[in-house]
Amino acid sequence: MSTPQTTHHIQFVSGNEFKRRAAGIVADPFLKKSFRGAMDFLMMKRAAQFPDPELLERQRDLAEHIRRYSLSKLPELLEQLETNLKKNGVQVHWAETPDEANAIILDICRRHDTKLMVKGKSMVSEEVELNHAMDAAGIEALESDMGEYIVQLAGEKPSHIIMPAIHKTKQQIAELFAAKVPGVSYTEDVDALIQIGRDVLRKKFMEAEVGLSGVNFAVAETGTICLVENEGNGRMCTTVPDVHIAITGIEKVVEKLEHVVPLYGLLTRSATGQAITTYFNVITGPRKSGEKDGPKEMHLVLVDNGRTQAFADEQLRQTLQCIRCGACMNHCPVYTRIGGHAYGTTYPGPIGKIVSPHMMGLGATHVLPGASTLCGACGEVCPVKIPIPDLLIRLREEATHEAKPGHAPLFGQGAGKTAFASFAFKGFAFLYSRPALYRLFTWAATRFRALTPGNQAGWTKTRTPLTPAKKSLRDLLAERNKH
Amino acid sequence: MQRDYPGGPRPTDVYFFATCLVDLFCPEAGMDAIQLLEREGIRVHFPENQTCCGQPAYTSGYADEARAVAKVQLDLFPNDWPVIVPSGSCGGMIRHHYPKLFAEDAALKAKADSLSERVFELTEFFVKVLKVNWKGSGATKKVALHTSCSARREMGTHLHARQLLAELGNVELLNHSHESECCGFGGTFAVRQPDISAAMAGDKADALKETGAEQFLSADGGCLMNIDGTLEKRRDSFRGQHLASFLWHNTERKGEKA
Repeated sequence: MSTPQTTHHIQFVSGNEFKRRAAGIVADPFLKKSFRGAMDFLMMKRAAQFPDPELLERQRDLAEHIRRYSLSKLPELLEQLETNLKKNGVQVHWAETPDEANAIILDICRRHDTKLMVKGKSMVSEEVELNHAMDAAGIEALESDMGEYIVQLAGEKPSHIIMPAIHKTKQQIAELFAAKVPGVSYTEDVDALIQIGRDVLRKKFMEAEVGLSGVNFAVAETGTICLVENEGNGRMCTTVPDVHIAITGIEKVVEKLEHVVPLYGLLTRSATGQAITTYFNVITGPRKSGEKDGPKEMHLVLVDNGRTQAFADEQLRQTLQCIRCGACMNHCPVYTRIGGHAYGTTYPGPIGKIVSPHMMGLGATHVLPGASTLCGACGEVCPVKIPIPDLLIRLREEATHEAKPGHAPLFGQGAGKTAFASFAFKGFAFLYSRPALYRLFTWAATRFRALTPGNQAGWTKTRTPLTPAKKSLRDLLAERNKH
Repeated sequence: MQRDYPGGPRPTDVYFFATCLVDLFCPEAGMDAIQLLEREGIRVHFPENQTCCGQPAYTSGYADEARAVAKVQLDLFPNDWPVIVPSGSCGGMIRHHYPKLFAEDAALKAKADSLSERVFELTEFFVKVLKVNWKGSGATKKVALHTSCSARREMGTHLHARQLLAELGNVELLNHSHESECCGFGGTFAVRQPDISAAMAGDKADALKETGAEQFLSADGGCLMNIDGTLEKRRDSFRGQHLASFLWHNTERKGEKA
């Protein structure tokens, strides 16, 4: 695994398009209310699970420690995982790029003459755009997580990593089902809507030759994968079809089964405010002889897609601590304003801003690290204590500068560099590192305050201009000292 | 975030690092902060060569430029006195980011570490070091309070302003919705993503106003200019004030006319 150079076609949103989308969304009062309501609900649910801040700190410290420890031994743990998975009868595949991951999965499907694949929720499958690859090969890849099913039916992408259809209202889903599911009439009854989805999916589970799932934790010592879910669709996907393919990023490995427990406890509490999920699947191989159910064949596809780039740098490696709970987006004031689709990345919100540059390159993503006030809400709630604001600043630097001597350039290094910004910050440094010049500047700015521009780029659209005071503080102090 | 505060006698002298925003855009807040310190019997030293903490460049990813600016500030505080900053984010810059910024130069790192140890956000210094207990003057006032994200999350000083206001005894502090949420300033963010920033500033202004308070307070110049500028553009009579100014004008002054 080397520097990620992918032939995979990267779809992304340009800086201007991001701004345009954001402007449209913040101007829509309906979306504003709907996003705000959803995020408020999720924040409240999480907060209710952590009544004791000191206990939470201890839990976060432990979780951070486990993730850092796991990453410190990542290459060994991956080898150990492969060995033990093979012992358990699981076939292991390595994919450096999305294309490689899709080719591996397609190859397995073709060998089984697959017409239909049922999918449990997997963000890595979104990341590699598996559904497109399956579609192009004439294989139906059907999402079976209710939120993912809704998003797929609507021809959209998830807007949140845990709640993919959080941007949709009950009414929109009712209309969608009535329009797209044969024989269904309009109903806003949530239970009825869920039953409609279940009826469709239930048949499909029985028909599918292949079931695909994600992975929440892969345990090296036992060759086990753990899958966290609420709907039971994950269990169906991993047990009913003859073939089970799991797909995951290489960072999800931990050494021991006991390392899973603290992470799982924080994952569900941080994500949905649940102390425990309805289903927790611990999968250690395909059906063994004498067993009556389970897949006959099992595969694990381990995807790099830029993760080794983050791994190679001590600071950026912290990105890989993520356990994909989504709490950072739930608490992000920017995500709350614009929702997940504006970003144009598989992973939106704060975690998306720090992980996407490794997957898609800074050329495609350099605006995203800058689209944050660095308020720190994300880092504050992160269950594995990723210092997201520090990583945003680091990526801002990498996006606007050449690689430092002796450092390998990141994918898309320097792509956000502009002559204007370089000049502006050089000017800033020149002025503010020369006290005498700075004093002259404040002297002039206060005396000629009437000349302050009334139009100050984005600032004055909704604010009055920043105008220097009549006298600077040092002027006021000098006057006082005279008396 | 936990910090051990110096015990023993009160400091007799402090340095005041005004920050570039206070120096140029809200100097009266700086003046009021200095007067509050002096009223406590402390000599306040204002190093003439101070400019800016370097934060705008640092948070934008221009570490070299930030270092060039920060380096100048490192030499301003030769005596071992506390350094008082009337702004959470600038205080956070010096306390948490200066040591990282100078990690590769032992001599500068030592200066940065020393400075980091003795830099205090203004309200933090009042509550934790001076342990003031001021009483309010005049009629009861209803106020709302916005704490900057840096004061809250980097400096851990969000409770100090609350305590100061509560001790006055004549201030009713009204809580606003989404209190811990950012006002959308974020330095260069306000210019880079003006629409998102404006939406956040607008929501913060609404939330503060909806409390029914007479005015809002903030101990951070950036937040104050952002929210107050938004309200001013709306021609709203509900406006903000720096906490230092509010405290100076609304506390009893022994031996002085109020």
